Amino acid sequence: MYRYDHFDQQLVNERVAQFRDQTRRFLAGELTEDAFRPLRLQNGLYIQKHAPMLRIAIPYGMLASRQLRKLAEIARRYDRGYGHFTTRQNLQLNWPRLEDVPDILADLATVEMHAIQTSGNDVRNITSDHFAGVAADEVADPRPWCELIRQWATFHPEFAYLPRKFKIAVTGASSDRTAVWIHDIGLVLVRSASGQIGCRVIVGGGLGRTPIIGRVVREFLPRAEILNYLEAILRTYNRFGRRDNKWKARIKILVKERGPEQFARDIEAEWSTLEGGAATVPDEEFDRLAAFFAPPPYVGGAADKAALNAAIADNRAFGSWVRRNVHGHRVPGYAIVTLSLKRAGVPPGDVTADEMDAIAELADRYSFGEVSVSHEQNLILRDVREADLFELWTRLKALRLATPNIGLLTDIVCCPGGDFCSLANARSIPIAEAITRRFEDIDYVHDVGDLDINMSGCMNACGHHHIGGIGILGVDKGGDEYYQVSIGGSQGNDAALGRVIGPSFAARDLPDVVECLVETYVAHRHADERFVDTVRRIGLEPFKERVYAAAH
Amino acid sequence: MPQLISLGARAADRYALLRVVASLADLPAAQPVIVPVALWTAWRAALVARGDVGVWLAPADDPAALVEDLALVPLIAIDFPQFTDGRGYSHARLLRGRLGYLGELRAIGDIQRDQLYYLAQCGFDAFSIPDAMDAEAALKAFGDFSDGYQATERRLPWFRRRDVPAAAVVPPR
Repeated sequence: MYRYDHFDQQLVNERVAQFRDQTRRFLAGELTEDAFRPLRLQNGLYIQKHAPMLRIAIPYGMLASRQLRKLAEIARRYDRGYGHFTTRQNLQLNWPRLEDVPDILADLATVEMHAIQTSGNDVRNITSDHFAGVAADEVADPRPWCELIRQWATFHPEFAYLPRKFKIAVTGASSDRTAVWIHDIGLVLVRSASGQIGCRVIVGGGLGRTPIIGRVVREFLPRAEILNYLEAILRTYNRFGRRDNKWKARIKILVKERGPEQFARDIEAEWSTLEGGAATVPDEEFDRLAAFFAPPPYVGGAADKAALNAAIADNRAFGSWVRRNVHGHRVPGYAIVTLSLKRAGVPPGDVTADEMDAIAELADRYSFGEVSVSHEQNLILRDVREADLFELWTRLKALRLATPNIGLLTDIVCCPGGDFCSLANARSIPIAEAITRRFEDIDYVHDVGDLDINMSGCMNACGHHHIGGIGILGVDKGGDEYYQVSIGGSQGNDAALGRVIGPSFAARDLPDVVECLVETYVAHRHADERFVDTVRRIGLEPFKERVYAAAH
Repeated sequence: MPQLISLGARAADRYALLRVVASLADLPAAQPVIVPVALWTAWRAALVARGDVGVWLAPADDPAALVEDLALVPLIAIDFPQFTDGRGYSHARLLRGRLGYLGELRAIGDIQRDQLYYLAQCGFDAFSIPDAMDAEAALKAFGDFSDGYQATERRLPWFRRRDVPAAAVVPPR
């Protein structure tokens, strides 16, 4: 993975010193709360319900084991011994003290980490495919692109005070695992007819109050032009994005108000003045960055498939874990393993410091010392030998990290919600817990098959509820927590927004509602038909009838 | 009266910033002035004849309005009504990088020390800071970062310089 050189390290160190001084001035009363707020947000620091919240950047979801150990140490020393992985592949600490944050950032800097631009109206952490570099369906590895864009976005002097936050995702695979269609900019790496690598550029997607699927503004952009083109988009947005209304300030609104065709022309006109300019990326720079992501020293030779198949046949629990949590690797004899952070009794995405240490050790032993974070809030060991799968499973099971539910309905994506977040209308963690408890019969959950449940505690949609097969949104009804339910959303290549089924529900009704929806699907589905496909085929009515009949 | 930082040092401010000007008759005699771009556009010839006239732009103004006049305007000021409104950063880059403006480019309005480094990278070379601000501390803020990754108005991107001896780097304006 990427390693800092002296230049990278110096910039991060200078940022720590800058924020230490800003915090000192704030605490001394030299900086007002209004002046300090944007500064702390650009360092990932929120003031939340109970305490500050610090969001630590995990660039494109890649973590080295030594970084994970440092996160564990920080969680123990400055927080309450756990952290929360987010849908932006970041890690949040819920209980740090404001006074400690400069020290936390200094500790992070010792392992080439930071919290730069994890909040604020700036370019946020670049997200990518958690299977990058090992997926069998990859056109090109997106990580060199991500690192290039990370560097470009870091302390970009022109784009630190945008109208609103700005999120970029990059995927290099034919099957989208990054939700590119719901980002301010989504980049899909493609190869031109002549074999040149470049990208398709999608702009103006997003969730929140106005959910919109992005639009393609350019089918093929040569890779050398990527920074010039991003600069053109960001400059257009910075100049013309709305600043009069926070809820209309994202780029999606500008794209919508100008019309996607006109907006694409505006960007192209801006780009024409930048094309071939100083920020044009030479091949040598792509090569230099790509070298950081060279394949690890895989042990050659195909694994003994017969032994693996025998173990699967022999042990049902192991078999269902392999079926759901193990994915095909591009190198024969290797597999991609997902550790489920969705387990009863633990908020989705939460990991304790002891678990972080244990996972770091497993990464060292089984996966070249690297871990990646998915936007579904799970962790991935990307390079596991098939021959080690059974042993690894045994160890994960002991850690309660082997729930065989990846992509199933208990793999719930969920924001921190009203328990922690001051923006939330309603709690989300207890709802995830109640649904998980309702579906403890793992055989039934496996029979139901692929089904994403996404939950957000408010309109800001951190839990991506619009793209859940079942989406749950916390709403406020006269001071009470209610939940609006939508179905038929999906991420990936056929990204679609779910549709609301009707009036909202009280918290206690949600397990029943989800159960009714699932039963309706099971009753109507064709063989091998996914939940979302059944919804698309038969529409909302059968689901509504069942749910609202049961509610009366 | 705000203080002025110009070309990296404290400086005396010769100009009077006129936020609102109804007509030419309102201009103080024998005093360099900074006028709204609308006044400039309406009375261009008279203002050129008067001399010592700078122009200020609001966030919603288009810097391209000055494209024909850049050689006639010794100073362009860009207003930041709140420091969180970042449009002026793009205005500065357009004026410097795109339109090749060579005169004084001054940041006015809600200018605090924590934005000075970014403003300078975008091409500003003068900064009107609040009277109460510690100007010596503010001057240090230009050194918050020793360098950066991106192409700006003061440097090439790092990936074009990393293997080049320092002397070969294009110096800032």
